[in-house]
Amino acid sequence: MLASMLRPDDLNLPLFVHVLGAMILVGGLLATSTSVIVARGDVRTLRIGVMTLLFVCLPGYIVMRGGAQWIYSREHLDQLDEDPAWIGIGYITADAGALLLIISLILGGLGLRRVRGGGGTGLLRASLIISVVLLAAYVVAIWAMGAKPA
Amino acid sequence: MELNDWLLALHLLSAFSLVAAMIVFWVGIVVIRRTDLPEQVVAAGRLFPVAAVAVAVGSLGTIIFGIWLAISLDGVAVWSGWVIAAIILWAIGTETGRRGGTYFGTAIDRATESVASGSTAPDAKLAELARTQHGLLLHSISSLAILLILIDMIWKPGA
Repeated sequence: MLASMLRPDDLNLPLFVHVLGAMILVGGLLATSTSVIVARGDVRTLRIGVMTLLFVCLPGYIVMRGGAQWIYSREHLDQLDEDPAWIGIGYITADAGALLLIISLILGGLGLRRVRGGGGTGLLRASLIISVVLLAAYVVAIWAMGAKPA
Repeated sequence: MELNDWLLALHLLSAFSLVAAMIVFWVGIVVIRRTDLPEQVVAAGRLFPVAAVAVAVGSLGTIIFGIWLAISLDGVAVWSGWVIAAIILWAIGTETGRRGGTYFGTAIDRATESVASGSTAPDAKLAELARTQHGLLLHSISSLAILLILIDMIWKPGA
């Protein structure tokens, strides 16, 4: 977080929004990933994971993605001939991550509905396993944002 | 990639680990405070050991890689005001977080004992322990300290 000593001051607010959203998103994903790992079929624990996806990860994603686009336009990165690798990694993880997050939320919602009828555990587990994949992808993205390779 | 790039990446990953752990604790605390059922408290309590590992890795990583980076980077010194402020906030955040966790640990221990003895009925004493105001206050102070570190790191007042 000691990042970018030469960063212009007018990027501070968008960067704060982006990093805060990303931290909320990653925190939510850690909670959902943990819930699927420690649940051992316990529906209560799986339910906590799915609710975290909806009420923590989704808002975190929206704030993170909004902040990223704000920085991208304010820093005029859209005028570069070719995006640097770290921006490419960021875009891939953010946009593919959005798709996976939506799929995960749909599976989780269906799972929660079926739990009332005695089933749905598999759907809940599938929903949360996607969050483990997302968490791994975002760890790579955080590394890329910090180290800025190439 | 140079050493400073790696230090920054590791510092950033540690910071995410610390905040992620804090959010996992918040998820658990919200669930615990909304129930008086031992099984529900145990379910939320299962998140805490992973969060405890993440908070240990995150808090140690941020301070170690952060100070290393402050020494290594030109134009930044460990005695810069914003770096000292971050170190003080880090100390406040980690200590209040540690103390706050012990309050919720008491509720989780009671719920675990209840479930182990086969008692799954609502428990008024458990609800009282789970809704601890001291624990909530300490965790809130810890979260605020971490948020202030993020603001300090981005705006770097006085730099």
